[in-house]
Amino acid sequence: MVERLTGEIRAENLRKEFIRPDGQTVVAINDVNVAIKAGEFISLIGPSGCGKSTFLRLVAGLARPDGGFLLLDGVPITGPGYERGLVFQDPTLFPWLTVFENIAFGLKVRSTYHDKKQEVQDMIRLVGLEGFEKAYPHQLSGGMAQRAALARALVNHPKVLLLDEPFGALDAFTRMNMQDELLRIWQERGTTMIMVTHDVDEAIYLSDRIIVMSPRPAKIECIINVEMGRPRGRDLPDFLRLRARILQILDFAGKREEIQYYL
Amino acid sequence: MKRIGHTYKEEEMINRTRFDLSTLVPTLSAVLALLVHLLVPNSPRYTLKPLPYFTILLAGVIAVTLVLAALSLFSQRVRERYAFKSWFIAAFLLLLNLLNIATLKLMLLPVIYFPNPDRILKVFADDWAFILKCLGYSLRLLVTGYAIGALAGMTTGILVGWSRKWSYWVNPLIKVIGPIPSTAWVPIALVSFPTTFAASAFLIALAVWFPTTVLTSSGISNVQNSYFEVSSTLGAKAIHKIFKVALPAAAPSIFVGIFNGTGASFITLMTAEMMGVKYGIGWYINWQKDMLSYANVYAGLIVIALTFSLIITLLFRVRDRILVWQKGVIKW
Repeated sequence: MVERLTGEIRAENLRKEFIRPDGQTVVAINDVNVAIKAGEFISLIGPSGCGKSTFLRLVAGLARPDGGFLLLDGVPITGPGYERGLVFQDPTLFPWLTVFENIAFGLKVRSTYHDKKQEVQDMIRLVGLEGFEKAYPHQLSGGMAQRAALARALVNHPKVLLLDEPFGALDAFTRMNMQDELLRIWQERGTTMIMVTHDVDEAIYLSDRIIVMSPRPAKIECIINVEMGRPRGRDLPDFLRLRARILQILDFAGKREEIQYYL
Repeated sequence: MKRIGHTYKEEEMINRTRFDLSTLVPTLSAVLALLVHLLVPNSPRYTLKPLPYFTILLAGVIAVTLVLAALSLFSQRVRERYAFKSWFIAAFLLLLNLLNIATLKLMLLPVIYFPNPDRILKVFADDWAFILKCLGYSLRLLVTGYAIGALAGMTTGILVGWSRKWSYWVNPLIKVIGPIPSTAWVPIALVSFPTTFAASAFLIALAVWFPTTVLTSSGISNVQNSYFEVSSTLGAKAIHKIFKVALPAAAPSIFVGIFNGTGASFITLMTAEMMGVKYGIGWYINWQKDMLSYANVYAGLIVIALTFSLIITLLFRVRDRILVWQKGVIKW
């Protein structure tokens, strides 16, 4: 049995601005309202530069909002914390630590390593890296490194796992494998997942809901419920229909930006 | 199952008995040097009593090289390594041979400044206890100054590389004071410290401090920001980011600083010892030079060369141990 789920994210009128080198202010995220339920798998999809990653960084606490609220289980997010794990497209493993030490990093800095040593080994097994405990990151393949990065975030039992195009740099075959593994971990752990992706298929395959964003200033274009059981066949009619619909929305959003640009 | 070629066992047997001619080259070179030394008469102008040391050294070398050649017959590892080095060893022995010819046999060089190998070896035979004592004094001074300098350098480097406030106040100071060769401080150091030992230790520390500081701070400020971001989403606080992220990530750069500092510390040590510190190898060389005992000067130089290269080798070992994660990433 899974314990009562926590890890609910709520954004209200969220706004984030950046100051460009030439001094102009750019609105990266404008008036975003969204409620992400605990244990939900959410994908953020949209054209590049639409503020998806910025949203993720706000949730991670690596950036501060310039307006509105961003709450985790009703409490405002004020900075980074282990209850919101983050996995980048680049695994960013610490190259000076072995796979085991990388995964143990979170436990060590929180001084809980001594009691939870076994968890590191469990995580290694969960992501299928047995036998590579003592390997250094430069000895790993891209897929293995990303598994290690995933394990490193998961060992902290985060309430929310933020994934910024986690499989974007992997080959198609490894990517599909990793998607299945991510689903398995998600189903086992009940962690809230928020994933930024460019890959419409990936979003449909994994998510409960897909948030389609429009370009700058980023707004939520629409939120799509994926009403399909799992595992999802990538060639089922429902899948393909949804895919066409999302591509159409993205295309429309992209064109509108173009018009704005020419105006 | 029939196999093509030799079985593993056969292969091993062949390896075991294989003989490499180049493992005999050093021995030949040493024998040649010994023959020249024993059979060619000394220069008629050379009036000093003949000494046995070069003969003993060469006999010893022949014995050792023969043992190595014999071991090479049985161990593939020894054979490969020794055969690889053998030409260099032989060339070095040939150089000794030529040196002996130029000095003892032909006296082509002024005898006071260029003593023959026998006379240099005699210094070791007669004076080894005192030379060791001098070496002890030098090492004590070097280690004291070096440890203080390296620790201070890493501390300043971390502070300047990590904190903007420290960088604002301390960086200009580093930029102005750092490039001054530490030996330029000699006049001030000598009057500011109670003992010449303390003054010299300070100078060595200063010499190590500067490159260590600069490369530690630049190493730390060049650490990818994503490492810090990831670590903070894993629950790391500032202290962890400094000691568990910034420091190990900057370690390659810190080592470059420490290596630069090591070179500077050797220079400073020698200068300090030649300028006022009592005892020490640098002092010994300077003293013997004043007495025109150039054989002793060379003996001192040999001790320095061996000691310093040993220190550098040890440092490399330490670095390789600590930076094992870099293997295959960065080659030196």
